[in-house]
Amino acid sequence: MFQLDEEQRLILQSVREIVQKEIKPRAAALDETGEFPWDIVRIFAKNDILNPLLPRKYGGVEVSTYTFCMIVEEIAKACASSALLLVAQAEGTFPILYGADESLQEKYLKRLAGGSQVLIGLGAIEPSAGSGIFSLRTRAELRGDQYILQGEKCFAQNGSVADFLVLYAYTDRSKGSHGVSALVVEKGAPGLVFRRNENKMGMRGTIYSEIFLENLAVPRENLIGQEGEGFSNMLKTLSASRLFTAAQAVGLAEGAMEEALSYARRRVQFGKTISHHAPIQFMIAEMATGIESARLLTYQTAFLFDQGEWKKAGTHAAMAKLIASDTAMKVTTDAVQIMGGYGYMKDYPVERMMRDAKLTQIYTGTNQIMKLIIGRDLVGIS
Amino acid sequence: MFDQTSFIPTDELNNFRDRIQRVARDKMAPQAPWVDEEEFFNREVESLLWDLGLLTLTFPERYRGYGKDRMVALCIAVEEIAKVCASSALLLIIQAVGSFPIIHGGSNELKQKYLPQMSEGHKLVAYLVTEPTAGSDITSIQTTAVREGNEYILNGSKCFATSGGVAGIYSVLAKTSEGKGSSSFFLVERESAGLSIGRTESKLGQRGSNTTEVFLENVRVPVENLLGREGDGFLIAMKDFDMSRPAIAAQALGIAEGAFEAIIQFIKERHAFGKPIADHPVIQTILADSAILIEASRGLVYRAAILNDEGKNNTKLASMAKCFAGDAAMKITTDAIDAIQVLSGYGFLKDFQVERMFRDAKLTQIFEGTNQIQRLVIARQILKESM
Repeated sequence: MFQLDEEQRLILQSVREIVQKEIKPRAAALDETGEFPWDIVRIFAKNDILNPLLPRKYGGVEVSTYTFCMIVEEIAKACASSALLLVAQAEGTFPILYGADESLQEKYLKRLAGGSQVLIGLGAIEPSAGSGIFSLRTRAELRGDQYILQGEKCFAQNGSVADFLVLYAYTDRSKGSHGVSALVVEKGAPGLVFRRNENKMGMRGTIYSEIFLENLAVPRENLIGQEGEGFSNMLKTLSASRLFTAAQAVGLAEGAMEEALSYARRRVQFGKTISHHAPIQFMIAEMATGIESARLLTYQTAFLFDQGEWKKAGTHAAMAKLIASDTAMKVTTDAVQIMGGYGYMKDYPVERMMRDAKLTQIYTGTNQIMKLIIGRDLVGIS
Repeated sequence: MFDQTSFIPTDELNNFRDRIQRVARDKMAPQAPWVDEEEFFNREVESLLWDLGLLTLTFPERYRGYGKDRMVALCIAVEEIAKVCASSALLLIIQAVGSFPIIHGGSNELKQKYLPQMSEGHKLVAYLVTEPTAGSDITSIQTTAVREGNEYILNGSKCFATSGGVAGIYSVLAKTSEGKGSSSFFLVERESAGLSIGRTESKLGQRGSNTTEVFLENVRVPVENLLGREGDGFLIAMKDFDMSRPAIAAQALGIAEGAFEAIIQFIKERHAFGKPIADHPVIQTILADSAILIEASRGLVYRAAILNDEGKNNTKLASMAKCFAGDAAMKITTDAIDAIQVLSGYGFLKDFQVERMFRDAKLTQIFEGTNQIQRLVIARQILKESM
């Protein structure tokens, strides 16, 4: 499983080159300005890695989930925001890929092929809900050939820059979770209103938008699958998001450890480089051990996805996300610590990585929620 | 919320805390977000701190010092201010740290000349010890002071100097000879020829504090400006740490309490998953863990401070306080973001102040000796005591 095949080797090698040449030098500026990285979109699109999961029949490369995780990891080593761009695309693609019928897939997934710069967004979270994703308020009412949507979404990834978005809404509130449906909404549709993009501590080169749905009309054909399938669709998508977050966190941690290591080998205090001091070696040892275990669990989870073992993959994704993001938080915090005053300054990337890492503990469900999911699954309470 | 009176020896100090708490909430809290955003050194807050007498707390009484409980008073002030704005609290600490070599090493004449420039003339002081290649290892400084007649000539580069660009007076550590016991402190005026301010650093947190490089090029100071005797530098720096580390710990404690209050505020406002969020075990766990760490930090901070005021050795407790409270602040601010996130999905956003507190907290694990160094200090003290 951990032996790379020729295709994986080539893909990762080319990703690594692009990251070194074009992504890494941009990371600090993306963070500083907090602007959406259109240039990175172009670079990824040009090199055909904006949508690596896209099936061949829609003109994609169709890599495995495992390969996708390694790509995300590679990019996150240098710039977590840029890695999130791929993750956002995948998260938007997922509900369509695994829930929509052939014709809806044709309609939207084909637009992602080749050097396409088309962006997808996902609107799953609502203001009153937070981690309580089940307390959805948005409603979709069928009127003739259209669904009319009312409600609001927040933290919609790629929200205001997306060409189309997947949204979740109640089509029948009385059925509870079986009354939730997923729909595809196109940019520019009347009633799709974007308010502000959030000002964030980290992952600043990404966009999270508030969205208001004011009598938004969506053609009936844009329903993903059948009415009532939205909830299971959302759970699958969330599981995938958690896995991708884990991969991103592993990369982030690796990037921070590399920085700390190279600093520790250079920095002389008390007559020798600080890499000679046992407390520093302990910190490095804990970093590497955490990263290796998080990476293994992440790859194993990706493997479960590729095998289609959804149930097991869901719990594993929560575990991978938990361990990888906690590791990223600890490793980046310790990387700043090893680099001391220098690490705290904006001239070095580790303080940015520390801010970025915090979000991996939060999004796609906070780690507190991950523990609930894992715990409930193990004790047998749903 | 917390019993803040049990460690505090006098009613006077408790009243002192109340007064500062009010001003901090009314006048400083509203400034904290934008000061952070703009990386702005806020002269308005500085003048407020002068008015309150908080920038001279550790001075002798006749120069507006607090008196015998000065260290506890400093910790109280730092803690209360750090609850709302860590950067403003840092200004108090650095003023105490920078003036320490002058107060404890300067001759009476020197003190009569310079302390009023601070207490009456409102000059800030900076502490120039750290160099690009000398962080935790202060014995490896490269800055030199060479005696020539009635003057010393100073040459070198200092970095990460808090208040470096806004201070009027500097306590500078320089080598006066080779080998052990080779460094000495000097008082240097901002207007001295050859002293220049380098670039201002952009930082992760405590962004309302001013951090700069300072360069010394053939800076001439009169021999009277030597603080203590030649070779006393290391000793003075160590004594200074005994005072500064509890103060940094108090800052960490304040940041942690600020984050804790933010969680409480949220709990009052929110319901989640259909019931009052106060009922959620996830939230209760975060609350309990945070409160344990806060109470334990407080114990260490004020014990270390009281020992210092009593003139007793507090090196071990000072390092323990700094180490524990810094780590606790980091954990509590991290968890506070999570808690608010669990409750609302907003902890990560700049609109909510915990993300700033999280960034601010990180520095408390680093400056005045990283927490790794603190552990070495603690272990050495224990070994010394038990041998």
